[in-house]
Amino acid sequence: MDEEETGVMAKMSFEDAATRYGAEPGGGAPTKVKITFIDSQGQARAVEGEVGSTVMETARRNDIPEIAAECGGACACATCHVYVDENWTEKAGKPSQMEEDMLDFAFDVKPNSRLCCQITVRPELEGLVVTTPAQQG
Amino acid sequence: MNQLKEAAIETDVVIVGAGPAGLFSVFELGLLDIKAHVIDILPRAGGQCSELYPEKPIYDIPGLPVCTGQELTDNLLKQIEPFRPTFHFNEMVETLVSLGTPEKPEFRLSTDAGKIFHAKVVFVAAGGGSFQPKKPPIPKIDSYEGKSVFYAVRRMEDFRDKNVVIVGGGDSALDWTLNLQPVAKSLTLVHRRDQFRAAPHSVSAMQELVATGKINFRLGQITTVEGEDGELISATLKGNDGVEEKIACERLMPFFGLTMKLGPVADWGLQLNENLIPVDTEKFESSHPGIFAVGDINAYPGKLKLILSGFHEAALASQKAHRYVYPDKKLLFQYTTSSTNLQKKLGVS
Repeated sequence: MDEEETGVMAKMSFEDAATRYGAEPGGGAPTKVKITFIDSQGQARAVEGEVGSTVMETARRNDIPEIAAECGGACACATCHVYVDENWTEKAGKPSQMEEDMLDFAFDVKPNSRLCCQITVRPELEGLVVTTPAQQG
Repeated sequence: MNQLKEAAIETDVVIVGAGPAGLFSVFELGLLDIKAHVIDILPRAGGQCSELYPEKPIYDIPGLPVCTGQELTDNLLKQIEPFRPTFHFNEMVETLVSLGTPEKPEFRLSTDAGKIFHAKVVFVAAGGGSFQPKKPPIPKIDSYEGKSVFYAVRRMEDFRDKNVVIVGGGDSALDWTLNLQPVAKSLTLVHRRDQFRAAPHSVSAMQELVATGKINFRLGQITTVEGEDGELISATLKGNDGVEEKIACERLMPFFGLTMKLGPVADWGLQLNENLIPVDTEKFESSHPGIFAVGDINAYPGKLKLILSGFHEAALASQKAHRYVYPDKKLLFQYTTSSTNLQKKLGVS
């Protein structure tokens, strides 16, 4: 899929490409945002997340510890549990009913708990900070 | 105890795991006249497909543009029907002992339900390991397990006249709340919210018990437990408001769903690499002759954890398995499309 996308991109001007990916012409909306994962010991790791992917996928691509993601993003296992930093809870949004149900299988659930396979990376999440719990599974 | 001494089940092959790789192994082995018994810790076939994503679409099964995990499982079960495999669900293979020689392997397997199998060949198709109950992060919970902390009810009598605490909000938590309430001395249901992902009639029956004062319902979680020699006395309940309180707790049942753990595979004497079984890519055989590994549990250079890889591995492993099961027979390569012999086996000729 990636190759195909690149092939299409090569034939498009920058402005075409920007429009295609939802940015204002000439505006250059970011396709990547910075996401910081803080582990249960307090160590922070800042990585780049691709707009359109999920926070869980970003974690896996960057070998972030304490994200098990056993089911691979099907919202079926509750092992990608994170606490969203309070500055971001509103922008990250509230869990859907399905996610809320699945959070019943996570440990130490708090009001800012999310399953990060259900958070899609968007430009407005630039700078997102999430903390991982000590135990997922 | 007599059951434990029951005669061993004799079979050509034991397949450990009833996920897609295990199920398709039945097919490939079946075409070669190799009879299989399939053992899985889950109550049904399908492995991760039925446990984790029964309703979710899969797009990369060759020839099937889209199907759900459950559809794939159902189709595989239909496909292997002609070979009449015997399934043993809710059982985990605990021990695997080698009795034979590298040229003529033979194995003795035993399950946690006490069944014994004698097999010429073993296929380990255990995926990410066995699905086991998630253990909550309560300090020292291990030391109470089996005596006063349970993840399933084996004997109701263990709960008679005890102060029982059940944690969770799904069907298991509510079913056991309803079933244990009549025998328990007291029963407290602890859940993080006042909504339940369970059958509506169980929820209303539980709410009725709360309304009539027959059980307690508390919003929050259990953070610590206290007791002696494996016997619980009390637990600390931390309410959603942050207030902690000690409650009587002689039996604790946490229900947080399942997680995949390698489990007893680690004790079978196989060479392991990061919880995976290294195999060759010609026969998908482990370090031990006669023990094959197919699907997500194996490892080799370039391995992709895809269902289609498991299918391919099952086909090739079956070829070598035939040499062990029928050392004197010559294996003739045939197609199901044209071979009357194979079509007979499939019941379509």
